[in-house]
Amino acid sequence: MSQERLSADRPTTTDEVMVEVRELKTYYEGGGLFGGTPVKAVDGVSFDIHRGETLGLVGESGCGKTTLGRTLIQLEDATAGEVRFDGVDVTTLRGDELYEWRRNAQMVFQDPDSSLNDRLTVGEIVREPLDVHERGSPEERRRRVRELLDAVGLRPEHYYRYPHQFSGGQRQRIGIARTLSLEPEFVVLDEPVSALDVSVQAEIINLLEDLQAEFGLTYLFIAHDLSVVRHICDRVAVMYLGHIMEIGPTEELFTDPANPYTHALLSAIPEPDPTNDRERITLHGTPPNPRYPPSGCPFSTRCPARIRPDRYENLDDELWTAINTLREVLRERQRAERSVRERLRARLGKETRFGAIEETREELFGDLELPPEVRTAIDEVIDHAADHDERRALARLAEEFGSVCDGEGTPAEPELHAVGEGGRRSFCHRHADGYREPDRVLDARQ
Amino acid sequence: MGPESTADREGSPIVEVRNLQTAFFTEKETIRAVDGISFDVVPGRTVGIVGESGSGKTVTARSLMGLVGRPGRVLRGSSIRFRHLETVREYASRFPGRTADLTDPSVEPADLLDRIDATPETFGYDDPRDVPVAEVVAAGYADGLGLADGDDCVFVTEGEPNEPETITDGFVEISRLDGEPQRLIRGGRIAMVFQDPLTSLNPVYTVGNQIVEALRLHRGLRGAEATREAARLLEDVGIPDAGRRVEEYPHQFSGGMRQRAVIAMALACQPEVLICDEPTTALDVTIQAQILELLAEIQERRDLAIVFITHDMGVIANVSDRVNVVYAGEIVETAGVEALFDEPKHPYTRGLLRSIPGRQTGDRLETIEGNVPTPNEPATYCRFAPRCPEAFEACESVHPQAVSVGDGDDHAAACLLYPEELSRTAAVDHHRERTHGGDG
Repeated sequence: MSQERLSADRPTTTDEVMVEVRELKTYYEGGGLFGGTPVKAVDGVSFDIHRGETLGLVGESGCGKTTLGRTLIQLEDATAGEVRFDGVDVTTLRGDELYEWRRNAQMVFQDPDSSLNDRLTVGEIVREPLDVHERGSPEERRRRVRELLDAVGLRPEHYYRYPHQFSGGQRQRIGIARTLSLEPEFVVLDEPVSALDVSVQAEIINLLEDLQAEFGLTYLFIAHDLSVVRHICDRVAVMYLGHIMEIGPTEELFTDPANPYTHALLSAIPEPDPTNDRERITLHGTPPNPRYPPSGCPFSTRCPARIRPDRYENLDDELWTAINTLREVLRERQRAERSVRERLRARLGKETRFGAIEETREELFGDLELPPEVRTAIDEVIDHAADHDERRALARLAEEFGSVCDGEGTPAEPELHAVGEGGRRSFCHRHADGYREPDRVLDARQ
Repeated sequence: MGPESTADREGSPIVEVRNLQTAFFTEKETIRAVDGISFDVVPGRTVGIVGESGSGKTVTARSLMGLVGRPGRVLRGSSIRFRHLETVREYASRFPGRTADLTDPSVEPADLLDRIDATPETFGYDDPRDVPVAEVVAAGYADGLGLADGDDCVFVTEGEPNEPETITDGFVEISRLDGEPQRLIRGGRIAMVFQDPLTSLNPVYTVGNQIVEALRLHRGLRGAEATREAARLLEDVGIPDAGRRVEEYPHQFSGGMRQRAVIAMALACQPEVLICDEPTTALDVTIQAQILELLAEIQERRDLAIVFITHDMGVIANVSDRVNVVYAGEIVETAGVEALFDEPKHPYTRGLLRSIPGRQTGDRLETIEGNVPTPNEPATYCRFAPRCPEAFEACESVHPQAVSVGDGDDHAAACLLYPEELSRTAAVDHHRERTHGGDG
């Protein structure tokens, strides 16, 4: 890594656990008459948040990081699992208890444009939580709002202005003031700086750090910008498809990532340094649909360090890429809904958009040299696909090229293995005995 | 010396933007969103334009595409010259009525400048005798000079306009285009990729249909042939199973796939220049990496000239050969990408680079106080001065001009701190002199 960061020993961080999350699941139901297949936004995560620390939560869009943040403060109902704040499982709180507890846990939203009511003045916006919770007399409330405006770097005369009169950075300050009005201990920051320019972004990050020191706050910082996370967070959790892939101290995780996904994510950040010609790991494809996650490891469909069956260990990398793409294509086809018209056309033997599997085969494998046993296997897979039997095609593909990563072994899912020194854990089959570590594989396969 | 005049020579620009000024006339004020920007676009290279929101990046791109609508317009004195010889020949034969012959103007450039009350600096030259007549005419000063009609947009400087194949030098002036010639350039020769792929695709047509539309308009392909070509284009931009994807709607594509489809659409007409306006801002880093890789691949394959607009310094460092840093409608620094990151000269560039988290070692992030101002009056001072940590008194009253700050001509900054070898007063005088020349 090219830059060093003076590791800031934040005196406020303690080892006291504030939030314990255990096997938390949040599913969104299908919504149809019979429920249907739920979207598994958060699919069994466990971790702790220590009092006074900033825990970063990073991942691609759709990985479930916002849902996880919202579930922690009970804006979403957990499907299963526990969220214990100071020993109390808040997923079971209802009615008045929940209302009382909510003061303790607040959220700052991503888009300062849509999270502020344009028809209220800044003073009214910041005062609203105080009014709702009936804190003090009106006079005290107004005084409190003025203090808050001052704390976030706004001036007293801003009390009577409207949100549209402010810039994006200032609006985000208003949102932060509102969040702090009830003196919460725990704040979920959902991409608080993503919508801002870099120079403004830096101001807000400084403000958040100051406020944390001043009020002893604990942050869950959700972001997709990893350089911001590296600056502000004490520990980081990397999420993918509803799972935590790796969690541990920030510097350790950035300088010596253990999980293949962390490797790939870090290498995708464009460094502001044109002379940097480090090898980038480009992930192919997009994350799978969380309604139909792959069996086995959630990252197996795109993993650059996937465990391969012994007999194909030395197969060409290009060929592997083609096989992975074929699997993606088949999964896509399996899921794509077929209209009545298309079924009719298929029945009548006319060309449909599903008819072109032979072309796809040509496109993927045309230029490659296939060993005979691979050729036979691919032929069979294509035959199944041509009969519109994607399920059997995928089964055949898994039988031939699958491994423990695709859920062939037991347990199907990897375990959270301890790695590094600072209590870091990584969710990957490769940390188990008998396999090479991910970084060595990645180096070898580059 | 002026810029190279012959197109198609190795490394010579295909688009020359000179003194581009685009203003929006509202009831309250005139907003000079782009205020005198000049840069070159070279085949096979990427020129980056970087700045905060409100700095005029997008308006620059839209001016290049002729997409500035009321109440905005490109002001007189601006010139965007498209120097693609093939296009000039084609235009000369298709639009003879709008072609101006400037092969042998019997006018002295110096007289010409006197008559229109302008200085050579307006056109980027020091000596009035160096100013090519064609450039003056192209910049909107044709009327009353008797050299070109009001709607001329093709200017031939070498060769016989009536025999297009003999033309060896000339250009199409993009800021003067309208109607049919405009439509042929837009999309056909210069294509654009927008920030949000979901809003640039029409949700009620299949992706294939939208590519076919471009193919029909610009290349005359129809029916099954057009569909096959659309599938081929999708395959080219790395969309697997393209034969099926052609028949799908935008909502069935993921974000990265949509941006790939938009790129396929932009490439459908084999443009010479691709303008990318924040093409990866709405995407995740892993998908961003894929798209950047794809653009680099396409550029190499087609020798495409790319204008890349972004606010992300990391992306700029990865994609650009040359970088223009814009602030409040003006270019404050221009340099080769390595020089810019290695030795940023303008205080604004330095501030931008310093405020990136991860590039600094301290516990607190350095910031640039304040916001980008709205440029609503002609610049008679440094627009960055109110936020500049190094500002001094003269910054309020003297408009800085671009001066060379590195080895050679290609690193320039518009700041009163430079030229470095002069004393501060001498440097300020240097800028003041050049500015007053500019006022005529």
